[in-house]
Amino acid sequence: MGLPEIFFYYFAIVAVLTAAFAVTRPNPVYSVLFLVACFFHVAGLFVLLGAEFLAALQILVQAGALMVLYLFVVFLFNLSELKGSRTIHRQAGAAGIVSLILVALLLILSMQGVFPGPFKELVQPQAANNVSYVAGSLFTDFLLPFELASLVLLVVLFGAIVLGKREEQE
Amino acid sequence: MIGLEHYLVLSAILFIIGVMGVLTRRNIIVILLSIELILAAVNLNMIAFSSFLHNATGQVFVFFVLTVAAAEAALGLAILVNLFKNLESINVDDVNHLKG
Repeated sequence: MGLPEIFFYYFAIVAVLTAAFAVTRPNPVYSVLFLVACFFHVAGLFVLLGAEFLAALQILVQAGALMVLYLFVVFLFNLSELKGSRTIHRQAGAAGIVSLILVALLLILSMQGVFPGPFKELVQPQAANNVSYVAGSLFTDFLLPFELASLVLLVVLFGAIVLGKREEQE
Repeated sequence: MIGLEHYLVLSAILFIIGVMGVLTRRNIIVILLSIELILAAVNLNMIAFSSFLHNATGQVFVFFVLTVAAAEAALGLAILVNLFKNLESINVDDVNHLKG
């Protein structure tokens, strides 16, 4: 077993375990912290796949900014009031059965290798580095969606301000 | 040798864990967190295909998914704070005023 295999299995096992802990812990603070660990390991898998730029983005945006935002909101709520209420929904059994069927189908599909396309060896493409490789496609073929993404962020900024604004007393 | 199948299986497992979280938890914050987990699984899938096909398009789409995930989290949490102000609860079962 070479070094890539060792790293892959380490990242994969820790990511799955932390994800499982994140969705099962009753306390949302632990969920957020486990999910941060999970995102770090998923970012490690991105590096193994040669996508260093997106690994950095994953850590900065998902694990950094978003999870801190969630943590602030968790702290904002008074969680001691929520103790004692059931955390698991009564449809958990049915959901588990449906999920098991879905994961079995996905595993069968993945194992059979039914996907088209000549899959090549995992090597770094011709571009000098991953950033210029992604940028070369982003700023030519996907320039309009890129500009629209900035519009989406602007609208979300206004929306969040409007929603978060305190009601004025009259 | 780690092939495409390894990444697809891992991504499927992460996706299902996220789906289980959405379906079984009653806390809205944890449901939103599970959606983030689903998005991370999808990103892993797209980057795996992008790397094994030597095509940058998958990585560009992950970029857009990250943008939309940030937007979704910001708006979802803003709505959630307003909901908590009105209902004093973040349990999905208490949000049933729009019975249809």
